[in-house]
Parts: sequence; structure tokens; C-alpha cells
Amino acid sequence: MKKVYSKIESITGSVITVKAEGVRYGDLAEVDTVFGTSLAEVNRLENDIVSLQVFAGGRGISTGDTVRFLGHPMEVSFSENLMGRVFSGSGSPRDKGPALTENLITIGGPSVNPAMRIIPRSMIRTGIPMIDLFNTLVVSQKLPIFSVSGEPYNELLARIAMQAEVDVIILGGMGLKYDDYLFFKDTLEEGGALSRTVMFVHTASDPTVECLMIPDMSLAVAEQFALQGKDVLVLLTDMTNFADAMKEISIIQEQVPSNRGYPGDLYSQLASRYEKAVDFETAGSITILGVTTMPGDDVTHPVPDNTGYITEGQYYLKNGRIEPFGSLSRLKQQVNGKTRADHRALMDGMIKLYSAYKDTLEKKAMGFIMTAWDDKLLKYGDLFEKQMMDLSVNIPLEKALDLGWEIMASCFSPEETGLRTELISKFWPKKD
Amino acid sequence: MIDTKGTVVAVNGNMVSVRFDGAVSMNEVGYVKVGGKKLKSEVIRIRGDISQLQVFEITKGITVGDEVEYSGDMLAVEVGPGLLGQVYDGLQNPLPQLAAQTGSFLERGVYLDALPTDKEWAFTPVAKVGDKVERADTLGTVPEAAFTHRIMVPFGLYGTYTISSIKSAGSYKIRDTIAELKDEKGNIVPVALSFRWPVKRPVDCYEERLKPVDPMVTRVRLIDTFFPVARGGTYCIPGPFGAGKTVLQQITSRHADVDIVILAACGERAGEVVETLKEFPELTDPRTGRSLMERTIIICNTSSMPVAAREASVYTAVTLAEYYRQMGLHVLLLADSTSRWAQAMREMSGRLEEIPGEEAFPAYLESTIASFYERAGLVRLKDGSLGSVTVGGTVSPAGGNFEEPVTQATLKVVGAFHGLSRERSDARKYPAIHPLDSWSKYKGIIPAEKVAYAHGFMRRGSEVEQMMKVVGEEGTSLDDYVVYLKGDFLDSVYFQQNSFDAVDAAVSPERQAYTFGIILKILASKFTFDDKNEARSWFNKLRQKFLDYNGSEWKSERFASLEKEIESTVAERSKGVDKAAEKVLA
Repeated sequence: MKKVYSKIESITGSVITVKAEGVRYGDLAEVDTVFGTSLAEVNRLENDIVSLQVFAGGRGISTGDTVRFLGHPMEVSFSENLMGRVFSGSGSPRDKGPALTENLITIGGPSVNPAMRIIPRSMIRTGIPMIDLFNTLVVSQKLPIFSVSGEPYNELLARIAMQAEVDVIILGGMGLKYDDYLFFKDTLEEGGALSRTVMFVHTASDPTVECLMIPDMSLAVAEQFALQGKDVLVLLTDMTNFADAMKEISIIQEQVPSNRGYPGDLYSQLASRYEKAVDFETAGSITILGVTTMPGDDVTHPVPDNTGYITEGQYYLKNGRIEPFGSLSRLKQQVNGKTRADHRALMDGMIKLYSAYKDTLEKKAMGFIMTAWDDKLLKYGDLFEKQMMDLSVNIPLEKALDLGWEIMASCFSPEETGLRTELISKFWPKKD
Repeated sequence: MIDTKGTVVAVNGNMVSVRFDGAVSMNEVGYVKVGGKKLKSEVIRIRGDISQLQVFEITKGITVGDEVEYSGDMLAVEVGPGLLGQVYDGLQNPLPQLAAQTGSFLERGVYLDALPTDKEWAFTPVAKVGDKVERADTLGTVPEAAFTHRIMVPFGLYGTYTISSIKSAGSYKIRDTIAELKDEKGNIVPVALSFRWPVKRPVDCYEERLKPVDPMVTRVRLIDTFFPVARGGTYCIPGPFGAGKTVLQQITSRHADVDIVILAACGERAGEVVETLKEFPELTDPRTGRSLMERTIIICNTSSMPVAAREASVYTAVTLAEYYRQMGLHVLLLADSTSRWAQAMREMSGRLEEIPGEEAFPAYLESTIASFYERAGLVRLKDGSLGSVTVGGTVSPAGGNFEEPVTQATLKVVGAFHGLSRERSDARKYPAIHPLDSWSKYKGIIPAEKVAYAHGFMRRGSEVEQMMKVVGEEGTSLDDYVVYLKGDFLDSVYFQQNSFDAVDAAVSPERQAYTFGIILKILASKFTFDDKNEARSWFNKLRQKFLDYNGSEWKSERFASLEKEIESTVAERSKGVDKAAEKVLA
């Protein structure tokens, strides 16, 4: 029973209203316009007035166009055939492949019962010391990369994707520059990862509403792979674009805006996506790495701020490096107690000293005389930045730990490090 | 019960507008019938014949014309034996049982009994037929974990009743009638082991509310010694994300010196919640030797659960806390995080299209926060015993800015403030409670003048540090420099605590007092050094020994020998004690 309505009552931006009955909240409709057919989603009901968000946007829609309700919410096809394919925010192919219609699954499904979750327990090795040693990435973790525009965040994302040991990679691109989309495609192709990758891409020139579908489609597909026992890494870039799309739509719909014009449910909206990260006891897992660009490098901006409270840590990308301050993996303690006895102590000890180095740097900049201690710190900070922080360093964790001790021993005496004696006697490099 | 029916006329997010016929009360629970399921919701506004309900579930699939059933009851929890050890969502749905029924995902519209209905409890009556009783009076007891659970006259039975029958000692299920009460008009009211209480109404069946005085020991040195919390008091832990709120809460939940701990996660990360969920049953309560879970209730709402359920969760938690307080027990409620809860309020207010207040929070934000914290308290019950609810709430202000409305509203009503700082957590100084910004109005485990003396070094040390930033180390006198080193020493070996070290993670009040005595002596000592380099390296040496000492088992051989080493290291340089400190040291 697909009723067709051909009287559109109002058109505001990408939101149209029609008079219709028996329509369910969240259902899909098709709108036929002279430019073709677009999907639309019911996002408000008031008596017989139904508001719909038209995926292709409102431009060119006529009050005489027809609206056909499909009687089901947004769905995406799921099968092995997805591998290596690229889709748009409305689920249609971006590549030259065929449209997929088999085994449709509803997107934006319910959360996992916390009682059914298992404690995250496996480390994802990346070969990047600032991650492996200092802020270990853990299976099922949800982590954003906080970054200013212009930083190589997509490069970092791609690099982690290439080096991380996972079965399936799902890339959700939101408001991506076309060049960035091609960059991801090329990088994954060159690295031989394209065949285990599914891409859902909304580019900056596509209709705003389609942007909103990207995370849900990516995560619904990821969930199915995870339930089949696969370890899935979902890359979402850029979540700030996603939030901005939400802002745009909610303001058009005359919702009372909350902080800086974002909708009041920004936190809930972001959370329901990030919370899809999970490690199933008897199946696979979903790990989410997202990019959150910070307008004006402002971490108190609503998007990074809300994100920080949802995610299990964050990597701050600044001046092309992962900053030791502010970067955090909340789940690291689940795994770094099992790696090597010195991992935790070394991680904290080195950062404490790096923090002291920063103070010295400040003193130096103000022209104070450097003491012997200051000189040691300056030497240390320089070595730390070059040998640990540089993103091109690619070494296994154990090598990074050894390197940490080498750096400290070349600058300090053991008791200057603040590390416990038993660790020092075991790990302090012996001089011949 | 009134049979009020309604039909949906509008849907907007998780709010539905319903035209009703009959009487509907504010905060009444209604069920929206959709696709063979009933979705729980709460009435949050009534205008004419339209009521607006916030649905506690995802609203997808609701249609104009769907039927709504009103329950006649406010949102309530069931209280009775069997609450301890449970893991609930904000609406008191037991999550593990839900998982057994619906699998990995949370299916909407499934509501289970909060308490096991088939479990038998060994009831012993303490009242007898003919006794006159009032609400909250004890009818009998059942053993629950390590506690004697009082079976009380339901709190909603106002007035005086006469016991007309009461069951003899034996095994009963929670819904079995264990007594019958006759009211003044002669009506008989059956009473079971459990009853319901509306979560948004404070439980007030006590004789008198008292001033909280006894410290609630958390085994975190910085808290117990410097910024203590009292049993029955309130405190808040604001801090930016990543400053260590969650770890601090976890430590407190394990070691706090109370009978029962209730953890309320209102919109938190599932990855962290699951840690608590899975670890607690494995941990042993040092006080009882039983599983820690047996004295814990977890109210768990992850950030992706519907906003209305999150809004309800703190009320569910505090109601359960008050219920156990009625038994003369000391209960700690940890709410993580109250900002998420306030945000849920903001979200609902936006949906209602209310005129927003500061930062778009509703105008009633302050009064709502105040009345929540006011549900804490130390009380004397009618039988003379004392019970308490201590409330500790974390606050997550944007960017760690304490000027924002939720932090400010909270600061007005709490007795202690543990402000976490980004600066300290960046430098890996944990717990990152800022020793200069934080405060407490409660009494701690160590006399106030001793604490003040030690704290003085922190303050002056920090002043010297600031000064050095202006005039440089070379422009600072050796004496000032030593004050700075002393402050830094106090910070590194006492304020900071290694939560991953088996010994250092939780320090008994006895050991705190003992160690504090040693530190006090060091702070009060007059040391002589040739220059700053020598002073610094000597303090480095002392710090090293003290850190090893902190990690050694209390009163072990290693502990004793390290203490000797510390003493002799101090003796090397000490030239007596500062005169002004003699009184403090005595």
C-alpha cells in the first residue's frame, strides 16, 4: 500500500511537509522531481502534517512533485559484495558497480546491552610510539583525532588504517573534499587494503542531508561484519562536518538551538554513533577512529567538547605530531599492564620529564640562565621529540620502550627520573 | 486506578503529544503502543486535553493515532530485598536478565521485574499483631548479603496502622503478603516484602537530619587528609575530560568506608561502565571478605541510551540509596556525570520549546541540581540508629571551565570541592585534584592545624615557582628555593598516588596519619645546602626513597628499612626544627 501524495504543503531548505495519514516516525519516502528521484526521511509528525528531510536537498522541488511513502526506515544492503565498493549517503553506488539491494538491514539500530559487553582487552599495534607506548589503541575503542584544519589528519587516519591489524575497514567520509576522497581510495588501493574496505562517502558538494546518513550506514554495516566474527575498524572523517549538517537541518526546522546553534541533542546524537564501538564476547569487534576538526583550535567548541566526553580518549594532532598533553587513551590500562613490566612507569615517567622540559623551554624563551638541570631537560626534550614524537617513526612497542630508557640514560642519572628503584635496576641501560 | 486513554497527535524526537480523555497527572507514566510493543514514557507537560510525554525509548515507528495507556502512577522503583548486586538501567530494568531475554542488543519495550520474584527470603518478624505502626517502621527482617534488611511499612502509607496479621518466621517471596495492616477506618492493607516508591519524591521517614561530622574515608590521601568528605555530606569532582574523574570514582567506589555503594552512570561511556560491571564481582570487599558486588548497585545508562532514561537515572539511584539509609546503613552514591544529566534536562527543555537560560540550560537548572544534592544527608531514624547518604557527583564542564552553569550550581550546594586540573593531569600528577583550588568544609582524619601547616608549603612553594618564572631560578634565594622543593616533595610523595600500584592505590587512615607525621617533620626541618643544585639532588634522592617507601607493604621489613633510610637521609642535612612548627609537631 504505497500511497502517493502530490500536494507538498511547504518547502524550507531541504525540509518539505505533506498532509498524510498513517505515516510512521523515521520512515522513508521517495520524492520525484524533474531532477530525478530522491529519498526523504520523516522527522516530525504533527496531526496530519508530515515533515520530511529530502536527501537531495530542497532545490528545484516543486509543490506539484509527488511523494511516495515506502513504509520502512532507511536501510542498507549487507553482503560480502560490499567489499571494495563506494557508496553515497543515500546508499547508491559512487563507483561504476551495480546498485545492491539484497539483504537490506535497518540503520541506526539499538545499542548493545552493557551487560553483554566484555572488557576491552587487546591492543591494536600501530608502530607509532606516541600511540603504542603512550596512548595505546585498544580493540573496540572509540577515539577521535582532534585536529585543526590543515593538519595531516586524514594521512594519519589512513596510516593507522594501513598498519592496524584488522579484517575489515569501513570509511565513512562526511563533507570530504573530493581530493581527500581520492587520497583515501588511492592509499588503500596502493596498500592493498581496498579489497577489505567499504566506503560510504559524502563529499562537500553533495546534499547536506546525505551527510547525516554516513555514520549510521557505516556502523550498521560494521555491526553486521562484527557479528560475523570480523574485527572491523571504522574511520569517520570528519565528525565536525556531520555535526554542522545536523545544525543546518535543525535550524531550518526551527528547533530551539542550544550551544552555538547546535541542536540540544548534539551529545545524544554523537553518542549513539560512537557507542556502536564494541567487542562482542562471541563475535568480532568494532573500533572507531574519527576525525574531529576543532574550529579555531578551540577544544571547548561544542563538537570536540561533547565528543571528548563520549569517546575513550583522543589523539591531539598539532604541528604534525600527536601531542603528549591532552592525548589520552582511556583504555590503555586494560592492555599496558600485560605488555612489559616497565610500560606504565616509563610512559608516565617520560611524560613527567617532558612536561618539565616544556617549563624549561618557557624559562629559556624568557632569557633566564639555564641551570645544569635545565640543560639536561633541554637535551631530553629534543631527543624525545625527534625519536619518539615524529610520526614517521615506525617501530614495535618493545623497541620503543628500549629507546625510552636509552633516551633517559643519555640525559639523566637514575634518581632524577622519579622511577622506582626496582625498575631502574632492571631496565636502566648498562654502560660497558 | 483511573482508566485514561489517549492517542498520539504529534511526534518530535523522543517527545510525543497525546490527546487524552479523563484525568492525567504530571510525571505520570504512560505507555505508547506501537507495533505490539508498549514504550514507557513520562508526562512532562499538560495543556488542555493534550499531554506531552517524553518517551524513554527510541521513537522510530510511532504513528499519529497510536494508542497511549496511562498508568495512574508516577515513575517509581520497586524496593525490597534483592537490590544489592543488581545492574539496572535508569528505569530499574535489570540489564543482565534483559540480555538473557533479548540478547546483545537492547530491544525496546521490554520491561522486566526489578527484583527476582521467585527467590525466597528468610523472614523473621519483629512486630506482632496489635502493634501500632507508621510508615517506615520495621515489621521484620531478612538477611541480605552481609546486612540485615529491614522489611518496613511502605513509605507511602501515611497515618497510623494496627497490625492485624503478620507471618511467622519462614521463607517468603518478595510479592508474598507478610503482614496485614488496618488503618483508622478499618480498611485492611496487605504488605509484601517489597513496595514501590516514586523516584522524584525524597524519602523522608526519619526523625531528624543531622550535621555530617564523621569523615568518609576514601583511602585517597589528598582527599582524606586535605579535602575530606563527611558521611552524609556532598561533594563534587569537576574536571575536563581526561583529567581522571572516572578513575577517581572507581577507586572511591572500591575503598570508601561505607556499607553500600550505588554507582549511577548517567550517559557514560559503555567501555568504562563495562569495566565496573565485570570487575566488581571479581573483587573482594576488604571489610567483609565477600564480593564487592554484594554491597553495590549499579545504575547504568550509557551515553547512547535514550535521553529520558538518562534523566531518570540519578533519581532511581538516589531513591535506592535513601531506601537503604532507612535501615541505618551508610550509603555512598556516585553520580557520573551530573553534567550529562543536566544536559539531558537541557535536551528535554529544548524539545518543550522552553525559553532557554544560561548556555541554553533550562531556567530551573539550579533548583533541580540543589534539590538532588539535598537528598544526601546524615539522619537519625525513629529507632535512634543513624544512617547516611553521601552524594559525590562528577561534573564535566566544557574545556574544564568551572564558570559554567552546572559547575556553579553544584558548587553552591556541596560541602567539598575536588577540582581536577588539566595542568596536573598533563604532567601525570594523579589524582589530578588541584591542591590550591580545592576545598572542603568537612573535618578530616588529621587535625586541621597540621594540615594547614603542610598545605602552607604547597601554597608558598607554588608562589616561589611563579616567582621563578619571572625572576628565574638564579634570582631566587636558596631559602625560597628550599620552600619550593619542600612543596614539590609534598606533592610528589603525598598528593600524588599511584592508582595502579597494589600498595599505594589505597592507603589506610592509620598509614596516612603515620606517613603524614614523617612528612610534617621533613617540612618543618631546617636544612643546609651549599647551593640549589645540591638541594635539588638531595631532594631527588629523598623523593626516590619515599616513593619506594610508599610502595612497600605497611609495617613490612622493607617498610621499616626504607623508613630508616629516609630518617638517616634527613639526619644528614637537618639542623633542627623550625621553631614555629614545634606546636604542630607536638
